[in-house]
Amino acid sequence: MNYDHILIRYGEMALKGKNIKQFIIKLQENIHQKIKHFEGVKVIRTQGRMFVLLNGNEPEPIIEKLKNVFGIHSLSLAIRVENSEEQIKEGALYALKKEEKAKTFKVTVKRITKDFPIPSQQMNQILGGHLLTNTDGITVNVHEPDVEVRVEIRKEATYITSGSIRCRGGLPVGTSGKSLLLLSGGIDSPVAGFLAMKRGVQLEAIHFHSPPFTSERAKQKVLDLTQTLTKYGKSIKVHIVPFTKLQQEIFREMPNDYAMTIMRRMMFRISERICEQEEILSLTSGENLGQVASQTMQSMHTINEVTNYPIIRPLIAMDKQEVIEISQEIGTYETSIQPYEDCCTIFVPKSPKTKPKREKVNYYESHHDFTPTMEETIKGIETIKITEKTVMDQSFEDLL
Amino acid sequence: MIYLDNSATTQPKEEVIQSFQLASSQFFANPSSIHPLGGRVEKLLFTAKQQVAETLGVRREEIIFTSGGTEGNNTAIKGIALEHEQRGRHIITTEAEHPSIYDTCISLKKLGFRITFLPIDENGLVSVEQVENAIESDTILITMMYVNNEIGTIQPIEAIGNMLKQYPKVFFHVDAVQALGKVPLKLSDSGIDLCTFSGHKIHGLKGTGMLYVEKTTTLFPLMHGGNQEFGVRSGTENVAGAVSFVKALRLVMEQFKQEKQHLIHLNEVLREGLSKLEDIVIHSPSHGAPHIVNFSVLGVKPEVIIHTLSEKDIYISTKSACSSKELDESRILIACGKSHEEAISGLRVSFSYNNTVAEVEQFLKELHTAIEQYKEALG
Repeated sequence: MNYDHILIRYGEMALKGKNIKQFIIKLQENIHQKIKHFEGVKVIRTQGRMFVLLNGNEPEPIIEKLKNVFGIHSLSLAIRVENSEEQIKEGALYALKKEEKAKTFKVTVKRITKDFPIPSQQMNQILGGHLLTNTDGITVNVHEPDVEVRVEIRKEATYITSGSIRCRGGLPVGTSGKSLLLLSGGIDSPVAGFLAMKRGVQLEAIHFHSPPFTSERAKQKVLDLTQTLTKYGKSIKVHIVPFTKLQQEIFREMPNDYAMTIMRRMMFRISERICEQEEILSLTSGENLGQVASQTMQSMHTINEVTNYPIIRPLIAMDKQEVIEISQEIGTYETSIQPYEDCCTIFVPKSPKTKPKREKVNYYESHHDFTPTMEETIKGIETIKITEKTVMDQSFEDLL
Repeated sequence: MIYLDNSATTQPKEEVIQSFQLASSQFFANPSSIHPLGGRVEKLLFTAKQQVAETLGVRREEIIFTSGGTEGNNTAIKGIALEHEQRGRHIITTEAEHPSIYDTCISLKKLGFRITFLPIDENGLVSVEQVENAIESDTILITMMYVNNEIGTIQPIEAIGNMLKQYPKVFFHVDAVQALGKVPLKLSDSGIDLCTFSGHKIHGLKGTGMLYVEKTTTLFPLMHGGNQEFGVRSGTENVAGAVSFVKALRLVMEQFKQEKQHLIHLNEVLREGLSKLEDIVIHSPSHGAPHIVNFSVLGVKPEVIIHTLSEKDIYISTKSACSSKELDESRILIACGKSHEEAISGLRVSFSYNNTVAEVEQFLKELHTAIEQYKEALG
């Protein structure tokens, strides 16, 4: 006897009404995508649950992958046995013995199918008795047991589990539509992307690149960050915008203290164009209230004027420290802190307006036609698709 | 040539040398330079770490490239001791350690640390209970090898790691230099905080290696400077060395997956052959690592056998190469409770995946001849 299944529990998704099926099918698809390279592994659905059939694979590496799939609330290693009293007894004993440190236990039987002749309550007692007689020094504690042996008697088979591993929850990526993440290379924007994905959003990303002032490494950094994000979802398209000319024009033509505000308005205008092209319905940004000049209430009010797309700002109310902790946990921090300049750190006015006004910006913008440069910029956008599997730089292949 | 001294060093693979050559000539820039050439080299180093992380199932930030086993062990032991001495000054190790652990621990005595050297049994083993019983309130580190370099004993690292999960204040350092690619190794969630590897034992180059440092573990660096390798090992990275190490690691792990039975088979052939010869005592435990067999030929000086075999182009060693210039008895064999005679006459045969059954048979034949000759000469 051996743990040969992983039982997957949905969190919030279970609360969905009629359209729950769509969520479940998406989750199954996403799980399959993450673990398909393990030979023989299968993902199956049954009423209210999902199972991964291990087929001889080690469970740990698969669990590591599943932990990052949004939509899974928790999972447990499970044994599948026939719906017979003897088999269930044997399975329950195996599950308890696997928990070597346990001193107390309880059994919880759930009968999903009433075809099984013994009622749940009675089955609880039978199994409890069986476990007590076949172990030494372990006692029952129904209130705070070290281990809860859970037995689910289903139509097709009985599944027995003990421990449970908490996962990330959220909704399956792809169930909430697409959003375009404004990705800078700093600490905040990847975290914002991660949190949006947690709500079922599928991401594309946009990055503003200002060569030769910013380096290839700044761009690479953004691609690396994107790749880390793919761990939690699917492949992500990154749109790299050649921003230098437009940025220079803004700083040449506009009053210095308003240049940053106008630059950010341009970024939103260009982002909206990508959204139109790619059929994306929202933007996601790492903005956070009060962190820097462009993130004051007045600034956001002024910048937001140029788009009526919803802007998802998952970090809006977070402390910097909270954001750093998430970025460390999801693996983007180390990359984010690499010290390369990006377009937002190179062109910084000496004293940017922290309280810009819409009327003033509109007045300044009306004095210069940015359209030709903006169109040229949009034409020059380079789109790169990043997948979870690293495609190694060809010139490194022989070396490693 | 029949080379059976693979625990001392292995022959570098052609691919590994090429990798070193290519990386040295094409990716020579300093990875810390901010120009694009530097960027390319940094990217290469980054990719190399990514590959190690995937191969060993750890995080990229948990990998520090080093110059090999001795540096790895010193960085780990002194690094923990000096960083965490406020917490305690007691370190536990065993009597079976390689000098780079044993002597490092002794050196810390001068700085006021207390060291417990756990005794080993006749098979070279320490038990989980022994380790647990030795833990005191001020213990900060347990440091030991996974596979013994002289006799191949496999210590119960997994069980010790699991036990130590109950002692979160005690760091656990494992020297896996002789274990890598020969026995199973799990790092993440294993209770192991630090783990040493060396390149030249896995067909890589001398002067290359790696230290695994679990992400929440902090170390006092042996070398301060430009903050390379997360500040744990400053100094311009040996990029070509690191890259060649990663290549060697990948190749040996593939071999381990596919060919581990081969080493076990060679071990069986050798043991069976030795058992047919007279006056031979095998010191290696029967459940040890498959690639190391240590034995004595009673009444024959080990050096004589080594020289006689060398004339036939067959190479084995006495004790470990690192200490074989000392003329005394083997500290490890004495600790296993062997007699003085046995402890000064240990011979070590160590395999790589490249060795063949025919080579082992040839070795056995020549060993037999050498023993006969010696006895005849002595009358």
